[in-house]
Amino acid sequence: MPAMGASPLMPFQRIELDGVAAAVQEQFGSGISLERGSRGVVLAIHLKEPNVLADLSKALFWDVGCSFGGLIVEEHADRWRLCYLFLARGSGWVEVVLEVPATVQAVPSISAGVHAADWFEREAEDLFGLRFEGHPRLGDFILHDQIWPEGVAPHRKPQRKSVNVHQMQFRRRPNPDWRPLLVVQDPGSFAMPVGPVYEGGIGESLHFMLETVGEDVLRAVPRLFYKFRAVEKIAEGQGVSDVLLLAERFAATSSFAHSLAFSLAVERICSLEVPKRATNLRVLLAELERLRHHAGAITGICESTALAVAASQAAIIEEELLRASCKFAGHRYLFGLNTPGGLRRDFVSRDFETLIGAVDRAIEDLRELEDRLHFTSSFLDRLEDVGVVDPSKARDLNLVGPVGRASGRGHDLRRECPYGGYDSYTFETPREAEGDGYARLRVLFQEAYASAGLIHQSIERMEPGPVVALCESFIPGAALGWAEAPIGAALHWIRLDESGIVERYRAITPSFNNWLGFHAAVEDFAFQDFPIILATFGLSATECDR
Amino acid sequence: MSFWFWHGLKKGVRSTHYPRKFESAAGVSPGRPVATEFDSATEAVLAAANCPVDAIVARGSAAEVKLERCIYCQHCHYGNPHLLEWNSDYEWTMAALGPGKYQPLPGAYHRSLHVMVVDAGDCGACLHEVKQLNNPLYNMHRLGIFLTATPRFADVLLVVGPVSENMRVPLLKTYEAMPTPKRILAVGACAINGGVFGRAFMSAGGAASVLPVDLLVPGDPPPPLAILHALLAVTGRKNPVAQMASLEGNS
Ligand code: SF4
Repeated sequence: MPAMGASPLMPFQRIELDGVAAAVQEQFGSGISLERGSRGVVLAIHLKEPNVLADLSKALFWDVGCSFGGLIVEEHADRWRLCYLFLARGSGWVEVVLEVPATVQAVPSISAGVHAADWFEREAEDLFGLRFEGHPRLGDFILHDQIWPEGVAPHRKPQRKSVNVHQMQFRRRPNPDWRPLLVVQDPGSFAMPVGPVYEGGIGESLHFMLETVGEDVLRAVPRLFYKFRAVEKIAEGQGVSDVLLLAERFAATSSFAHSLAFSLAVERICSLEVPKRATNLRVLLAELERLRHHAGAITGICESTALAVAASQAAIIEEELLRASCKFAGHRYLFGLNTPGGLRRDFVSRDFETLIGAVDRAIEDLRELEDRLHFTSSFLDRLEDVGVVDPSKARDLNLVGPVGRASGRGHDLRRECPYGGYDSYTFETPREAEGDGYARLRVLFQEAYASAGLIHQSIERMEPGPVVALCESFIPGAALGWAEAPIGAALHWIRLDESGIVERYRAITPSFNNWLGFHAAVEDFAFQDFPIILATFGLSATECDR
Repeated sequence: MSFWFWHGLKKGVRSTHYPRKFESAAGVSPGRPVATEFDSATEAVLAAANCPVDAIVARGSAAEVKLERCIYCQHCHYGNPHLLEWNSDYEWTMAALGPGKYQPLPGAYHRSLHVMVVDAGDCGACLHEVKQLNNPLYNMHRLGIFLTATPRFADVLLVVGPVSENMRVPLLKTYEAMPTPKRILAVGACAINGGVFGRAFMSAGGAASVLPVDLLVPGDPPPPLAILHALLAVTGRKNPVAQMASLEGNS
């Protein structure tokens, strides 16, 4: 393994729940009331008035050391319910709940203290029309200003989801005068638009304005949500099984992780005990997905540096893993397997043998590839010191997944907030301190190997038994489910009514989180490095846009 | 570096022989559900009830499949008593307007077909499968099919995704920038009729509601070889299979 960088990596430190409670009690005692959380949340902090929100969030994030999970906005008939999720490492999810009457139109913004909340507030402002007071820049986020007029809040309840926006009266013609916001104002500076339909190759639809003064690009901020299909809105009013199909299909490269997080949430509502065999199989499938995803991400990095032979070899490994998934589970992207209560099908030992063979071959090829890449100086030159996000910035922006881990963060839900039986497995969470493109590549390789190890472990401990438990009791309400998707932490939150219909569905995705921090890696870089930085981040637009 | 050269040589040629020979490696395709004969009409109805998107239609004691609607949820594949038979092929491209209504591009395009891919809100799977066509195992260049960077050079517009509202204008602009003659492929269940997203407030419900689509490639996602089959059908080197059902709800 390559040597760790200069700055030492902080060891994993558990944040005790009592400590969290004591800290907030002491500082905000009169403004809050504490409650034991339920259904995925371990501690709920209810705010009696909005004005402590910003300080409390800041204290949780910076003083207590929690990481930020996301914001869930809910519209009830008489009130807004805003729930801010924080992760107390090793202990579980802490929610900060603010309820205000439905007539209220503005709440305090927390993003001055917790920068990672920035986009969550912009999203809520666009979709619910809630204003976040003190937020520096609202609007033109999900609802692109050149299409949408001001004052439309499509996620509010009265907005019907079945009417296509195109037919609504309020829709304007594309506004010819619309211009993106440019920050760099130096004489001679100009902006180069990239996307949403890519000039070259196959890319997801997203857009960048590369603000440059010539050779060096000073700033590149992604403009996303071209692919926004309003998954959360479509889910409202549907049954759990239909929403499961959606959860599985909005981001196919991590579909198993998302359907798993969703199923875990439903299982909490139905108090379902997932059979042992299903838990093991889920670990196996989730790690198979991670392995395949990382092989794909490595292919992308090799392609971005135009190292054709390596890219081809990596692409072959990825395709072989896709085929192995298909042979094993009947679908190349592992659709149709998860269901609340377990899995929809079982496997026989011959399936495992074939799969293990394919996984071992893939790992062997990956190791060979990694060895060669380590000795290809022209390749390393393009990755080293490119797109650097240093550990303090990564912490500030709350980066998750392999990208965060390459910048010294230990954020891995499998370890920090174990779910689905991961606490009984032994595995490494690789970390690097440099935070450059090369560190991200190394983390991808290490994680791929760790996933293969987990697949082996899960097969070794496979016991016969049922693979699904049926739902017996069900109390309407909300629950949180989470999983460490290949790109990072994925959170799915649902509220069900008495008849099991989804009232509100919220998917918080790692790509959303990391796109927010992407700008940190693209400050003042050479234009030709742009595709490389993009590839080493390996983010998905569809997962972010939903 | 020279070792990459030797490394490449050592691995040898790995490309499939399709379309010269049928590719039968396991896992190249998830296959597809096909019409199945049951013992009674009731059973056929029960089999049809399994499908969350009405892709299975009971006709007498048979259950027929409208593959263009199938989202590969696998409910008819395992996990309940009324299952359909599954084929393991991948040649299932169909003409959007029905058999006989499709005109392939003329012979000049046979060995030089340029494809423009537009992601109109797909989930990443279809796009990924299109991308696999460029890898050495499929290597579509050997068939004279190339991805192009600009619509000005494109003969085929390959659309994936249900056409999200924010992509409507970029998609139309891409289409308009292409020279004629051109053909449009809707790849994947979402591009055909919106898939799980359907026609909803930010989803147009498929490419056909925005553009004159020529060929449909069912699947969620269709495997690379199914997409390759469609691209070969664009120039008439393969034929679309007979339409399995009309595209209701897409007009
Ligand atoms: S696999 Fe396709 S045909 Fe079968 S039940 Fe699912 S959607 Fe319907």
